[in-house]
Amino acid sequence: MMKQSWWKWLAFIFLMYTCIAGFLVKVPEPPGVPLKESIRNFFFHVPMWFSMMILLGVSFWYSILALNKKHPYADFYAHVYAQTGVLFGCAGIATGAIWANYQWGSPWSGDPKQNGAAIAILIYLAYFVLRGAITDIDKRGKVAAVYNIFAFFMLFPTLWILPRLTTSLHPGGQGSEGNPALNGADMTPTLRMVFYPAVIGWTLLGTWISTLFIRVKILQEKKLSNV
Amino acid sequence: MFNKLILAMCCTFALTIVYGQPTESVMESNGKIYVVMAVVVTIVLALFGYVYSIDKKLNKLEKE
Repeated sequence: MMKQSWWKWLAFIFLMYTCIAGFLVKVPEPPGVPLKESIRNFFFHVPMWFSMMILLGVSFWYSILALNKKHPYADFYAHVYAQTGVLFGCAGIATGAIWANYQWGSPWSGDPKQNGAAIAILIYLAYFVLRGAITDIDKRGKVAAVYNIFAFFMLFPTLWILPRLTTSLHPGGQGSEGNPALNGADMTPTLRMVFYPAVIGWTLLGTWISTLFIRVKILQEKKLSNV
Repeated sequence: MFNKLILAMCCTFALTIVYGQPTESVMESNGKIYVVMAVVVTIVLALFGYVYSIDKKLNKLEKE
């Protein structure tokens, strides 16, 4: 059987619910909004970003533990959670590009939120390069943790602050020219009822995949120390 | 082994129910959107099955 399985079943149930209810619920069609049925992407595209932020937050937390030396495998945890987070980020960029192609006319329109997300992911890619370049384990743990903390604090300006300061195609930008998509005030209870389980489900699935990688790494580590 | 057999039989049974309907079934309504739903559900099911099997294999390795 699986290890600590209740939350894994919860991930399964929530994602099954999202994939079924995401197609079945009635979506709002406010006049003048050209989204039509594509608003259902809200149940699939947006949870990618939410899960990414949560997973990168967990990675950030383990980097702090690594610097405090509170946890023997904290550096592994931070690395693996950052990897899964970036995977979700890439999925978010890809799904966003598909949606944007049909909604805004091109897959990449240089929207501030698109650019910000790309910058954030590139900063995390630099984390993997930096961590991979150091062979000494103690030094690697410290340098990677410091960089990861820095990278996490770059998420705030690139995803949350800068896109809000200029006009954006995404909802929530200043003035929201171009496409007034559904923003906070337009979110109906039905949208919320599918959206939040989706966020929890994807985050738990991300956690599950991360723990698998961590368990492999710990096994490898134990094998190495036994030799 | 027996469990797997039962699971396979249940899957086949479910598939026959879903796909064996007359042409004006639920699957054909609303611009066939439920066909897309069935595809998405199948993909997520497969993904979970895969992760589950990796988890079980790792458990076995850890016990060794």
